[in-house]
Amino acid sequence: MDEVVATFEIRCRRLIDEAGRPLGPLPPTATDQALITRLLEGMLLARAFDRRCVNLQRTGQLGTFATSLGQEAVPVGVAVAMHADDVLVPSYREGAAQIIRGVAIEELLAYWGGDERGHAYANPAVAEDLPVAITVGNQALHAAGVAAAMQHRRQARCAVCVMGDGATSKGDVYEAINVAGAWRLPVVFVVTNNRWAISTPVARQTGAETLAQKGLAGGIAALQADGNDVLAVHDAVGEAVERARSGGGATLVECLTYRVNDHNTADDAGRYRDPAEVEEARRADPIARLIAFSGIDPAPLEAAVGERIEAAVARYLAIVPEPSAAMFGHLHHEIPEPTRWQLRG
Amino acid sequence: MAAAGLNMVEAITCALARALADDPDVLLLGQDIGRKGGVFQATAGLHERFGADRVRDTPLAETMISGLAIGMATQGLRPVAEIQFLGFLYPCLDNLANHASRLRTRTRGRLTCPLVVRTTHGGGVHAPEHHSEAIESMLAHVPGLRTVIPSTPARAYGLLLAAIRDPDPVVFLEPTRLYRATREDVADDGVALPLDRCHVEREGSDLTLVAWGAALYEAREAAATLAVEGISAEIVDVQTIAPFDAATVIASVERTGRCVIVHEGARRAGFGAEIAAEIAERALTSLLAPVERVTGYDTVMPLPRLERAYLPTTERVVEACRRAYLYR
Ligand SMILES: [Mg+2]
Repeated sequence: MDEVVATFEIRCRRLIDEAGRPLGPLPPTATDQALITRLLEGMLLARAFDRRCVNLQRTGQLGTFATSLGQEAVPVGVAVAMHADDVLVPSYREGAAQIIRGVAIEELLAYWGGDERGHAYANPAVAEDLPVAITVGNQALHAAGVAAAMQHRRQARCAVCVMGDGATSKGDVYEAINVAGAWRLPVVFVVTNNRWAISTPVARQTGAETLAQKGLAGGIAALQADGNDVLAVHDAVGEAVERARSGGGATLVECLTYRVNDHNTADDAGRYRDPAEVEEARRADPIARLIAFSGIDPAPLEAAVGERIEAAVARYLAIVPEPSAAMFGHLHHEIPEPTRWQLRG
Repeated sequence: MAAAGLNMVEAITCALARALADDPDVLLLGQDIGRKGGVFQATAGLHERFGADRVRDTPLAETMISGLAIGMATQGLRPVAEIQFLGFLYPCLDNLANHASRLRTRTRGRLTCPLVVRTTHGGGVHAPEHHSEAIESMLAHVPGLRTVIPSTPARAYGLLLAAIRDPDPVVFLEPTRLYRATREDVADDGVALPLDRCHVEREGSDLTLVAWGAALYEAREAAATLAVEGISAEIVDVQTIAPFDAATVIASVERTGRCVIVHEGARRAGFGAEIAAEIAERALTSLLAPVERVTGYDTVMPLPRLERAYLPTTERVVEACRRAYLYR
């Protein structure tokens, strides 16, 4: 006889629909006007930043860049849900989260413009945040390590790791989830399921019905959130952050959204993706939805973020490149004697 | 305080204990390093003495161990990770090369990675497949990563302390064949040896034998045989593979005019090639004979029945030295 020894379920959190109408009772945050304004401002900033970055890239003033068009609710909801003393472990599509946490916009531009100083972060508020992870999925383990250090020191903090749907196919992510469960680590894994990993749709990425259930296999809490509903993302990630900070262990939050743009400025999604699918995704726009819900006039916020970005772009364009010897400057804490002669070029 | 007659494993345990006692940020992590004390007993007794928080058994996942150590290190801890055998280090190379070695550079010093990965090195102990490799040249090719291979208990103690105290990532390769091969008095004085410095193990005037790890013992035996024949060999123990202290080797070759390099790893692109290139560039006019390399062969490390045929033998080293000495 076979007996049922364990059963599992995955829930998806949705708070407002595409027209901005409540889908049920809302959490207290939904009436916090200051919070909602912050979320809206963050998403407007994300969109304006992306647009400006693509413009800079197309005019030869920035390197390859990956936008977050259509999925802005995820980085913004994540960053606003975090506490200042938590540590963000981002992938390469969370610029908005980095900026909200305190990374200077010109620093982000500098990094994407090919200058390591963009990861030096002058603002002490983000001194411990990890740099952008270009290698997909490795950062899940780094986040687990950050969390293990916090736990080791009995600190009530957590690490928040953001990754894409493609990353969940990697062993690193399984290993991170596994150790997070085994050690009850204070870490939150946010999976931005934007349905595409470059040209691979999520249905060909995995046979699992949800990406969230990969968390269950490692014994951590797991749920989905509507990734185009910033209130749902904020609520789900916020709950996970509080759980982690209070010793309740790790959570995987799968945010369901859609990558409206190409993978990056070097990609042309028209070669592999049905445009009708993209048009449908545009109707679920997270910014329009929050505006409909809140009734906030976005114009003054848009004007303010626009000015902020232009000022940062001007500072970015004025940055003088480092001298070539800078490539040795931080290889080790001091340049090893055997390497020193290479400084002379 | 001197610990009398320690073998290399015991010297390593002694250094780990010293590091744990000296610095609350040091912690050990790895598979079976807790109550078991590690597959080679390198952490024996440390779990009891320092607790499960600081001597941490991990799930069985090498990639995880290396990635976790990086995250911990960014928070200012000094993790010392144990990978059971060098053949199991490959999953860690992604984290070592893409992250640990470049985190300081890619954040311009904002974040650092003061971690150590300890694992075994080399063959000769009749171990199963994947347990006997010598891939130091792969590691040496990664900028920002230090690679250290001790050859005696006392130097293992001093170099391991240096590796743990170094504020950047170090891979510490422990020659399996030497773990219990010899004993010597080790002063448990907390004194670290310098990194990136070759050690002149024996002075000589006719040729320079360059070796590291367990192959140093073949070099020693060869030097003793050659001495009987009236050939005086100097021995340089490279010990810190990367960054490589070429100056010490060059200075020796300038005096002796001949060089024989001995290592267990495969010949092609082995670290001996780097040393030979340095000599060609910087000491060509001092050479009285071509540089010789006595190495593992360019084939897969065999299982135990053939491993002695693969590893450099004293005879091969002696022959190479005679060829160099007699070259006209
Ligand atoms: Mg994706």
